[in-house]
Amino acid sequence: MIHSLFIINGSGEIFMEKHWKTVVSKSICDYFFEAQKKCGNPEDVSPVIATPHHYLINICRSSLYFVAVLTNEGAPLFVIEFLHRIMDVFEEYFVTCTETTLKDNYVIVYELLDEMLDSGLPLATETSVLKELIKPPNLLRKVAHLVTGDSTNVSDALPSNQLSNIPWRRLGIKYTNNEAYFDLIEEIDAIIDRNGATVMGEIQGYIDCCVKLSGMPDLTLNFINPRLLDDISFHPCVRLKKWESDHVISFVPPDGNFRLISYHIGSQNSISIPIYVKSNIQYREGSSGRFELTVGPKQTMGKPLESVSIECAMPKSVLNCTLTPTQ
Amino acid sequence: MNINERSLATLSNMNSQGSGGASNPSDEQTEPTSTFSFFALDYKKHEDLKQMLDSNKDNLKLEAMRRIIGMIAKGKDAADLFPAVVKNVVSKNMEVKKLVYVYLMRYAEEQQDLALLSIATFQRGLKDPNQLIRASALRVLSSIRVPTIVTIMMLAIRDAVSDMSPYVRKTAANAIAKLYALDPELKDELILIITKLLADKTILVNGSAVQAFEHVCPERIDLIHKNYRRLCNLLVDIDEWGQVTVLNMLTRYARSQFIDPNKTCEDEQKNFYEDETEKSAADEEQDEEIEKRTYIMDSDHRLLLRCTKPLLQSRNSAVVMAVAQLYYYVAPKSEIQIVAKSLIRLLRHHREIQTIVLKAIASMADKHKNIFEPYLKSFYVHSNDSGLVKRYKLEILTTLANASNISTILREFQTYVLSPDKEFGAQTIHAIGRCASTIPDVTEACLNGLVALMSKKDETIVAESVVVVKKLLQINPSQYSEIIKHIVRMVDKVTVPTARASILWLIGEYSDRISKLAPDVLRKMAKSFPDEETIVKHQILNLATKLYVVNAKQTHLLVQYVFNLAKYDTNYDTRDKARLLRALLFQADKCPALSKHAKKILLAPKPAPVLESIVRDHDQYTLGTLSFVIGQKAVGYKDLPEFPLEAPDPNVRNVEIIAPPTPQHDLFRKSNAGGGTATGGKKKSGTADDFYSDEEEDTSTEGPDDEEDEEDEEEEEDGDEEEEEEEEEGEDEEEENENEKPTTVEIKNNSNEYEQLDARPTNNVEQEDEDEDEDEEEEEEEEEESEEESDEEEDGSSDEEEPIPKQTSTVAKSASTIAVNDYTIPAQEKSLLDMDLEAFLGSASTTVQPAPAKPAMFDDLHGLDSLTTTSSTQAKEYDCLNRITGQGLQIQYRFPRTPFPQSPNMKSNLNIQGFGEIDVLPSGASKVVSIGIDFNDKTQPASFEILFDNNAQPTALTISSHVGELFEQRFLNEQEFNQHLARLRGMNEITGSINVDETQQSKFNFTTIQSKVLQCANLISVPSGSGDSSIFRFSGQTISSKSLLLLTIQLNPRQSTINLTINSDQIVLATMLLKELKQTFP
Repeated sequence: MIHSLFIINGSGEIFMEKHWKTVVSKSICDYFFEAQKKCGNPEDVSPVIATPHHYLINICRSSLYFVAVLTNEGAPLFVIEFLHRIMDVFEEYFVTCTETTLKDNYVIVYELLDEMLDSGLPLATETSVLKELIKPPNLLRKVAHLVTGDSTNVSDALPSNQLSNIPWRRLGIKYTNNEAYFDLIEEIDAIIDRNGATVMGEIQGYIDCCVKLSGMPDLTLNFINPRLLDDISFHPCVRLKKWESDHVISFVPPDGNFRLISYHIGSQNSISIPIYVKSNIQYREGSSGRFELTVGPKQTMGKPLESVSIECAMPKSVLNCTLTPTQ
Repeated sequence: MNINERSLATLSNMNSQGSGGASNPSDEQTEPTSTFSFFALDYKKHEDLKQMLDSNKDNLKLEAMRRIIGMIAKGKDAADLFPAVVKNVVSKNMEVKKLVYVYLMRYAEEQQDLALLSIATFQRGLKDPNQLIRASALRVLSSIRVPTIVTIMMLAIRDAVSDMSPYVRKTAANAIAKLYALDPELKDELILIITKLLADKTILVNGSAVQAFEHVCPERIDLIHKNYRRLCNLLVDIDEWGQVTVLNMLTRYARSQFIDPNKTCEDEQKNFYEDETEKSAADEEQDEEIEKRTYIMDSDHRLLLRCTKPLLQSRNSAVVMAVAQLYYYVAPKSEIQIVAKSLIRLLRHHREIQTIVLKAIASMADKHKNIFEPYLKSFYVHSNDSGLVKRYKLEILTTLANASNISTILREFQTYVLSPDKEFGAQTIHAIGRCASTIPDVTEACLNGLVALMSKKDETIVAESVVVVKKLLQINPSQYSEIIKHIVRMVDKVTVPTARASILWLIGEYSDRISKLAPDVLRKMAKSFPDEETIVKHQILNLATKLYVVNAKQTHLLVQYVFNLAKYDTNYDTRDKARLLRALLFQADKCPALSKHAKKILLAPKPAPVLESIVRDHDQYTLGTLSFVIGQKAVGYKDLPEFPLEAPDPNVRNVEIIAPPTPQHDLFRKSNAGGGTATGGKKKSGTADDFYSDEEEDTSTEGPDDEEDEEDEEEEEDGDEEEEEEEEEGEDEEEENENEKPTTVEIKNNSNEYEQLDARPTNNVEQEDEDEDEDEEEEEEEEEESEEESDEEEDGSSDEEEPIPKQTSTVAKSASTIAVNDYTIPAQEKSLLDMDLEAFLGSASTTVQPAPAKPAMFDDLHGLDSLTTTSSTQAKEYDCLNRITGQGLQIQYRFPRTPFPQSPNMKSNLNIQGFGEIDVLPSGASKVVSIGIDFNDKTQPASFEILFDNNAQPTALTISSHVGELFEQRFLNEQEFNQHLARLRGMNEITGSINVDETQQSKFNFTTIQSKVLQCANLISVPSGSGDSSIFRFSGQTISSKSLLLLTIQLNPRQSTINLTINSDQIVLATMLLKELKQTFP
C-alpha cells in the first residue's frame, strides 16, 4: 500500500527516503511543496494530495513532514494512522523525534521501517516486538560497543510475542519492584462566549499507565461509575467483551508506558469548567486598544488550581502588546 | 587481483584499527551529514567501503553497511557497490545480513544479473530452522523484483504457506501480492494458495491473507463464503491493520451477498397484519410464503454487524472509520446511529485524521441527518482548527441545520463571521445563505443579518454577503425592494468583482423597482467600463441591455456608448456578448423575430439559484476511500456493488461452522424454509421457534448430521481458541454445572394498565398475585419448548432485532422508538400500535434493558415438576425494584428452587448469569425471565444492573439470597439421616426452641410443619419410620459445596415449645436458618 516514504524537515529538505517497491524519484515531493506554498499556513495543507500518477499522504508532527507515496486506492486513514504510528515508535526509541535524532540513528530508523512494513503492508508495529527485534539505542550499549566492538543491535530470533495473541507483551519480564502507576488526564475543550457563558464543552480523558510488573499480570480496573464512560477507545490489550458485559477493564498490560484508554465526554453532557473567563476589549483612538482578560477559579470542591497558563492568539495585524498582570 | 584486494583490505584494517578504532562511534554519528558532502571524495570513499566490505571482520563490514544504508537513506546512489555488498549476503552476522537485505531490496531491480548471485543464499535461508530467517529470506526473495526468479518465488511461497510458523505463513501471504504484481499471469495458481491461507486457523495470518485476496482476486467473493463466519468472529482479535482490510472486504461481501436491509422494511408495516392473521391459521406451509415477503435480516448479516460493533472502540482511527463505513453501507438505517459517537471521538485525534473524518461525516450527515444531530455542538469551530477542518465543520453545521436548532447555529455563525480568518468568514456567509434558503423561517432574519454585514469594513465579507444576498433575493424578490435599494447604493463602495457583478445583475433584473437609480448606475459604470474585470463588464452589458428594453428613451445613448466600448474590448467573450446583444436590440430589421421578443427573452423569470454546498461532491465514491478524499477516481478504485435484489443462497456459508464467541449467536439464525441453516453454536434445537414457535420441529429435525458436524467443528475450534487466547472469556466457561441456582426475576410494568394484546397473559396490578402462577406456568411450558432461549423475548420475533451484541438489549418503549429501530417484529408492533390507539399516555417505562451480565445462556424455570413435592408451597416473592424508583418498572424476584442446568462453571464467588434483552414490555404486562446466580453458599447480595427505557443509565439492583434458598433438597431415608446426624454432632449442631401456646400447638401436624419449613428453606422431609409423630426431620444440602444440613423438629406439647435442631458443617448458615425458622413458626 505505502510505496515510498519521504521525511522532510521544516525547511523543506528531504533528509530521508525509503522505498518499499520500485524507487519513486524524490521530485514527487515537489507536488507537496507546491501545495504547501499555496496555503500559507502549514497546517492547512490537505493531508491527501493527488498527483497525476501518485497520491501523497502527509502528516506533520513536531515540524517534520512524513510524506507517504501511494500508487493505488487505499484507505487514507490507514496510511495516516500508520505514519503517526511510525512517529510514535521513533519517539519511543529516540525519546524525541526530530531531524537530528533521526539522522543520528539512521540505521535503526531504516531497520525499523523495514521491519514495520513489508512491501508497504504493516508487519510488526508493536513496540514491544520491535524492541526485541531491534534494540533501542542506549548509553550502556554504546559503551559496550566501544569496549567490545561487538555491536549488533539486531536480534536473530523471532520475538516470541510476535506469535502470541498478546504481541504487546514479551515473555519473561522481571522486576524486583513490581509497580504500576496510572495517570488520569482530562482535557477540557470549551468555547466560552464573550459574556463568559459556556457555549460548548467537551472532555477528552486518558488513562496513561506505567506498568512495571513481572510475568504475565492480568489486571482489572473497576470504575465506581462506569456509565460515565460511554464513548471510549481502548488499547488493543483491553478485552472488549469484558467491558461490554461487565464494564470492567480487564487487560494484560504491555510493559512500560502506554495509554490504556481514552474517553470522550461529548458536548451533550453539561460540563462545568473549573475556571471562569471574562474578556473586555476597548479600542482607543488611533491604532491601539486595551484587552482585558480575567481568569479565575470557580468552586472546585476544594481542589486548588495549579499551573494555569494562558495563551492568547492575537490577529496578525497586532504589532506589539504590553502585558500587565494584575491580581 | 584477489591477492591484491586482500592486501588492501588488511591495510585498511590496520588503518581503521589504528586510527579509526576510537573514532568509529563518533564517525557513525557524524557520517551521514559530513562524509559525502564532497563529490571528489566520493569515489575514494566508495573504494574504502569496498575494502571494508571485503574484510574478514564483521564489525568493519557492519560499519561499511551502515554507511551504505546512510547513503540510501539520503537518496544517494550506491549502486556501484552492488558486487561488493551482495557477497556479504552469506554473512553470519545478523545485522550485516539484514542491512544487505535492505540494500538488495533497493538495488536488485536495477542489477538483476548480479542479484541472481544471492538467490542461492535465500533458498538456503528458506530451509533454516530459525523461523525469523526463513521469513526474512522469503521477504527479501519476494521483494527484490527480479522477474527471472518468479518460479522460485512461486515454489518458495507454496512451501511457506504450509510452514509450521504462522509468522512465515504471514510473510508468505504478504509475498503473494508482490509476486502477483511481478507476474499477473500466475493468478490462478495464487488463488489456490490464497484459498489455503484464508482457511488458516491462526489470526496472525488472517489479516494478511485477506490483504492478499484483496490484491489478487477481489472479485472471487466465493472464496470468502466458507471463511465468512470465522472471519467475523475472530475480527476482534486480528491486528488492527488487518482489521481494516478485513472490514473493507466484509463490506463488499455484505453488499454482494445480503439484501438491502432498508429497502424491504418499508413494506413490512402492511405485511405484518396479514402475517398475524395467517399465522393464526398456523400452517407450516404458509410460513414459507410469508417469510419471503417479510424482510428478515440474514443471520450472517446480523453476525457481521454485531461482530464489528466492538471495533468502534478501537484506538485506531482507520478501524473506526472502516466500521463506520461498513455500517453506513450495510446496516439498516436505524443502526447507523451508533457510529456517530465514535466518529466524533476521532475528532480529537491528529489534524490529518480530523480532516478526513470530518469529510466523511459531512457526507454521512448529508444522507442521514438525524444521526449527527445530537452532536451538533461537537462541530463548533475552535479557534485553533486548521482551515480545512473549519470548512468541513461549517459544512456539517449547515447540513444539520433545521428549524429547531437554527437559532443556535446562527448565533455560532455570527461569531465565525467575525473571525480573523477572512476566507472562513466568507464561507460562513455562504453557509448562512444556505441556511436561509433551506429554512424559510429564518430567511428574513438571515437576510437582515447579511445586509448588516454588508456595511462592515472588510472587503471580502462584504463581497460575499452581496453575492449571497443576491441569490436570496432571487428567491423572493417582491418583498425586499428596500434591500435591493440598499445594495444598489453600495455599488460605489464595493470593489470585489464578483460582488460588483452581482449588484449590477440585481439592478438589471429588478430595474422596475429602482427605475430612478438604475440609469444613473449605468452612467457611472459606463465611465469606468474599461477598467472593470471581465465578469463585471458582462454584467454592465446585461444591465445596459435590460435598461434599454425597459426604458429606451432615457438610456439609449448610454447603451450605445457601452456597446461601442465593448466592441473594442480586448476580451473576445465581451466582444461576442456585445455582438449578440446588439443584434437583439438594435438590428430589428435583420432579425425581427428576435427583437420582437427581446423583452421576453431578457426579462424572463429566472429560477432562483440553489445555494450549493462548497464541499459536497464526492458522494459517488465509497466513504473513507482515497478516491472519496481526493474527489477523483484513484487507480484501482472499485465501487461497492449494489445490494442484490434476491439474496444469494445463504447456505454457501454453511459448510464450515465455527463456534461463535458467544452462544447467543445462533439466536439470530434465520429459520427460513430453505434452511438447514443450523448455524454454529451450542444449541441444537429450539432456536428456530424464536420467530414462529410452530416451526420448531421443522428445524430441529433437519439434518442432524449436519449439526453433529458442527458440534465437532466447534469443539475443536473452542479448544483452539482457548489455547490461543488464554483468556477467560464467556464462551470458555460453559461447561455444565448444576451448581447454580436460578432466580426468577419478574419484570412488571405497572405504569399503566392497558390490556396487552400479546400472547402473554396480562397482569394488572391488582391481579398480580393470583395471576402469578398461571403466568409462570405458561411461561415455563414455552420455555421448555424453546429450551435455551429463555432470555429471548416471548413474542418470539426478536431474533433479528437485537441491536446490541451480547446481553444488553433494547426494549422499545414507544411507537416512536419502534419506528426508528425496528423493522421486523410483527407481534411487537401490534401491541405497540395498540398502545397507541389507547392514547398512549406517555407513561413511563415500557423499556427494559436487562443488565449486562455474563453472556451465557441459561434455562428458565426448567421443571416446576421438581417442586411437585412441595407444590403446596408458593415461592415467596421479593421486591427488587419498586414501581416508584423504577419509574413505573417493577421487578420482583423469587427463587424457583430448581437446578439451573445450563449454568456455566463459575469461577468467582458471585457469579451471575443474566438474561437477554426483553424486547418490549407492554404496559401493565409482566414477564418472567430467569437469572442464575451462584451465591456460593453466602448470603452476600448479588448486585447487577439493569437497563431499561433505552436510557443508558443502568439501574443498579441487588438480589439477596435468603438463607433457605442456599439449600437444595437432598433425599435421605431415616437410617441415612441418623448416620449423618451422628457425624454432625458437637460443634456442628445448634439448637433452638420456640414457645407456642396450646391452641397453636394443636394445629401442628406434618403438613403444616412441612409447609412452614418449605416456606423458609428448600429442604425435603425424611420419611419417618419410627412413627413418632412429634419428630419431623428434614434434609438438604448447600448448593455449591454440597454440605449436608439436617433439621430436626421436635414438638414438646408439655412444655409448649418446639425444639429445633440443625446439624450442618456450615454452621453460619445453620445459625441463620435457625433464626429464620424461628421467625416463621410463631
